[in-house]
Amino acid sequence: MCGSTTGGLSVEGIDVTKEAVVQGVVLRSGEPVGGAYVRLLDSGGEFTAEVPTSATGHFRFFAAPGSWTLRVLAPGAATVDHGVVAEQGVVAEVEVEV
Amino acid sequence: MSRTDVLVDADWVEAHLDDPSVVLVEVDEDTTAYEKGHITGAVRIDWRGDLQDPVRRDFVNRTQFETLMSRKGINNDHTVVLYGGNNNWFAAYAYWYFKLYGHRDVRLLDGGRKRWELDSRSLVLEVPDRQTTTYSAAEQDTSIRAFRDDALAAIGSLNLVDVRSPDEYAGRLLAPAHLPQEQSQRGGHVPTAVNIPWSKSANDDGTFRSDEELTALYTGAGVDFGKDTIAYCRIGERSAHTWFVLHELLGQPNVRNYDGSWTEYGSLVGVPVQLGDTPGNPAGGGA
Repeated sequence: MCGSTTGGLSVEGIDVTKEAVVQGVVLRSGEPVGGAYVRLLDSGGEFTAEVPTSATGHFRFFAAPGSWTLRVLAPGAATVDHGVVAEQGVVAEVEVEV
Repeated sequence: MSRTDVLVDADWVEAHLDDPSVVLVEVDEDTTAYEKGHITGAVRIDWRGDLQDPVRRDFVNRTQFETLMSRKGINNDHTVVLYGGNNNWFAAYAYWYFKLYGHRDVRLLDGGRKRWELDSRSLVLEVPDRQTTTYSAAEQDTSIRAFRDDALAAIGSLNLVDVRSPDEYAGRLLAPAHLPQEQSQRGGHVPTAVNIPWSKSANDDGTFRSDEELTALYTGAGVDFGKDTIAYCRIGERSAHTWFVLHELLGQPNVRNYDGSWTEYGSLVGVPVQLGDTPGNPAGGGA
C-alpha cells in the first residue's frame, strides 16, 4: 500500500512530523483480531482514547510525547496491558498478543 | 426517576427485539459502524448528517427533528433505546438531544455496542423497513443546554465540569487521541472548571458505575450538588455522557450540557483560558 509503514497502517495524508503516533495490531496466536477494543491510558492510568480494531486487527492513536499504556479488551480474552513510548514525528508500531 | 427508567441492559434488549413499542437506534462517531453490523431491528441516526444543521453550526430545528423522527419510523409513544460505539458517547449525545426536543421515553443500552460485542451477542446486516410516522416535537428545552455566555458566567460561581482526558484539560492534547491533534483553537480549559473525565463514570466495558460510586466521584472532585452545573468536553458528546450521569442517573436538577464545548470556547477572542492540571483562578493563565 502506498505510504504504508512496515506491517502497519498507511500514514498517507497525515503530517506525522506534527503528531506522536502510536499504532499497531492486535493478534491472537499470530492471527489479527478485528473488533477488539484498544484503550490508550496516560501515565496516571487515566483513559485518553479508545478505538475498535479494524478487520485486519489494526488501531491508531495520535498521542502526546510520553509514556502510555495500551489496554486491550477482546471477546473471550483476558485484558492485556502493553506499555509504549510516543515521540513527536515518530510512528511507534506495536504488536499486542491477547 | 430510577435507573431502570433510563438505562437497560443487553438481556432487556434481547427480550424486547420483537416489541413493537420499542425502537432501537444506533448512533456512532464512525457512522459506517452500523453498516458492518447492528442489533436486529435497529435504525441508524447519523449524529452529524441527521442531527446538525447542514450550513451553520447548530442543531436541526424542531421541524427538521420531526421530519427525522417520522422518516426513521419513530412516534411520540415509542420507547427509544439508544446505543453506539465510543462507550455510548454519541448515543448519550442523541439521548440528550431527544430530551431537548421532549421525547418522553428514551433509554440507553448500558455498555453500548462494545459490551454487546465483547459478550459476542448477535449483530445483523439487514436494515429494517419501518413505516413513516407523524411526529410532534416540543420546543427545545434549553434548561438542559448551555451556551457560551452561560459558560463564561459560570466561571468562579457554578460547577464547571470538564470531562475530557487530563491531557486535553491541561492543554497538552487538543482532541481525543484517536483523532489528529492539529486544531485551530487554543489548548487548556475554562478557568475554575474541575477535571472529571467521563471515563471515571464508567467501567472498562463501558457500563456505568453504581450510583454510590458516581456520587462519591463527583463530590470527591469538588462538585457542589447545591449549585447548578455545566458540563463540557470538546464537541459536547462526552459531556452529554456526563450530563446523563448527573441528570438522569443521579437526578441532579440543574445540569446543562455546553455543546459548543472546547471547539467553541477555545476559539473565542478575549476569554480567559487556564493551562495545566489545576482549575486555576477566574482570570486564567499559564500552568
